[in-house]
Amino acid sequence: MLDARLRTDMYAWMSLTRAFDDQMVAMWKSGRGLGGTFSQRGHEAISVGVGMAMGPDDVATPMHRDLGTYLVRGMTPERIFGNLLGRATGPSQGRDANLHGLGDLSLGIIGFISHIPQALPTALGVAMTFRHRLEPRVAVTFIGDGGTTAGAFHEVLNMAAVWAAPLVVVVENNQYAYSTPLNQQMASADIVAKAEAHGVLGTRVDGNDVEAVYLAARDSIERARAGGGPVLIQADTMRMLGHAIHDGAEYVPEGLLADWEQRDPLRLTRNRLVEQRTATPEALDSLDRAAASRIQQAVAAAEAAPFPDGDSLTDGVYA
Amino acid sequence: MTGNNFGFTDAPASSGREITYLEAIAESIAHEMERDPNVLVLGEDVGGDFGGAFKVTKGLAARFGDDRVLNTPIAELSFTGMATGMALMGLRPIVEMQFADFISTAFDSIVQFAASTHYRWGGRVPWVVRAPSDGGIRSGPYHSQNPEAWFVHTPGLKVVAPATPADAKGLLAAAVRDDNPVIYFEAKPLYRSIRGHVPDGEHVVPLGEASIRRTGADLTIITYGSMVHESMAAAGALESDGIGATVVDLRTLKPLDTDTILDAAAATGKVIVVHAANRLAGVGAEVAALIAEHAFESLDGPVVRLGGADTPVPFSPPLEDAYRPNAARIESAARRLAEW
Repeated sequence: MLDARLRTDMYAWMSLTRAFDDQMVAMWKSGRGLGGTFSQRGHEAISVGVGMAMGPDDVATPMHRDLGTYLVRGMTPERIFGNLLGRATGPSQGRDANLHGLGDLSLGIIGFISHIPQALPTALGVAMTFRHRLEPRVAVTFIGDGGTTAGAFHEVLNMAAVWAAPLVVVVENNQYAYSTPLNQQMASADIVAKAEAHGVLGTRVDGNDVEAVYLAARDSIERARAGGGPVLIQADTMRMLGHAIHDGAEYVPEGLLADWEQRDPLRLTRNRLVEQRTATPEALDSLDRAAASRIQQAVAAAEAAPFPDGDSLTDGVYA
Repeated sequence: MTGNNFGFTDAPASSGREITYLEAIAESIAHEMERDPNVLVLGEDVGGDFGGAFKVTKGLAARFGDDRVLNTPIAELSFTGMATGMALMGLRPIVEMQFADFISTAFDSIVQFAASTHYRWGGRVPWVVRAPSDGGIRSGPYHSQNPEAWFVHTPGLKVVAPATPADAKGLLAAAVRDDNPVIYFEAKPLYRSIRGHVPDGEHVVPLGEASIRRTGADLTIITYGSMVHESMAAAGALESDGIGATVVDLRTLKPLDTDTILDAAAATGKVIVVHAANRLAGVGAEVAALIAEHAFESLDGPVVRLGGADTPVPFSPPLEDAYRPNAARIESAARRLAEW
């Protein structure tokens, strides 16, 4: 069994991710946000589990549902809220919207690529750089079920296998690509089989079970690091709110959401930690309160932060 | 076109050797790889003994190893995106598109990601995409295009188009050393048809600087790539009839050398803009608009544009010849403009 401290930490990071998300959704629904944004609800175990399995020198290309990965790797809630609110203090300094543009190479994070399948070749390039330099580092990329239906998915799995690139591809299957359900996207939802057809090792994991995600990611990353070649992890979950904040997701059957709600990643982890006497309910409540307070502090700082100066419009077009 | 027979050189004859445009590109790649271990080459068929469809990379794998001359599967979108990932990590990849025409397959990774990354969050993308472009060699719609306008229209990219062997070497060196994504349009018809003096060793031509290839008092021809040679031939013919033409070789298409363009336009008051790419919304349209906006009071006639037709590049000689500007058309347009 994993170390008790590590398992409690997983809960703490998921709690922070959920607190951020609850606050963000409430703000945006009440008109206190800027533009659109994307809820994380349902994805916390994947983004936290993979983020915690990565080494400090590994590099991630997270997407817009991987808030936990950004947080675990050290991007502060202040900076992320700053970005969401178009402030000069966000990693994009007001240049990129919401959860896009959260790039910081000092944290091993490449900013979200809105055309999600493009994250794959980018991560392959990172992995090939590590291979080229004989550095024991791994590139970890995140896409959704929808990302697997584009050409780059197959191009990159093919090349990564040919070159045995140290690449881990995390497919967050949340059942919907915007409004289109899985069965209308692909005749075979066995994404692992598609990876294996390209010569990439594939593994499937319960995406709501943070410990299972962590173990699958850790094993995959260490395999890739040791020169064993690329691995694809299919992590199944459910997108519990709409595609973006404006989307009521009326196209999702209510029963489906109710079923998945029973398996909410935070509830699942909390119950397990309590049942196994790893943590008391009071200790976990305390973590939840600390997370909520941390987020309040971040929002206050971000709302007080300056907007970028309009005169800086053309700064940074070129390096 | 054979030999450097258009009456101009762009390097002192004493400073190097006469080599072809293609040899100059190959020499520059090898020089940059020698100079900086972060430089590597990737693309379809570039590796091994084969050395690419045009043999530009021949001999590089033997000299620098397969790791730095990476043969890729047919997957332009993803190997160009891979170069972006490498560049973000500090490598300086030179990507070979087998033909510039194929670059549309990689368009998304270039214009949506590589071009905008520094602006969006500060990530540097120092790669070069080499795009063998241009026609006139009977290669049909998929192997003759000049798609530079797509990239000039994209914020964050730089775009170059050398016309001479010396510039082919010097602009490639500058492109590799630049910290931004650079699309390098090399003109296929010049590969083996043009020879010129190229400096040995280190030779860098700064990005963003046009070159005045000749001066004349009556009109100014602004052009780049293979059309520099057609324009020089036209200027030579005009001179024998007493019409003096200045020829400006833009060399870099983004960022444009606005000062040189406007000064050369103002000096003669009459301007022809020429490129092999199709004319509609091409680079020449921007050049003409710049002159109309900023040198209007100096103009003594309309700014004339010559470019390809608004059609795919056709294959059969009578069709392709009808599509493309050439020295005779430039000369005849110049005579009309001179009389304005």
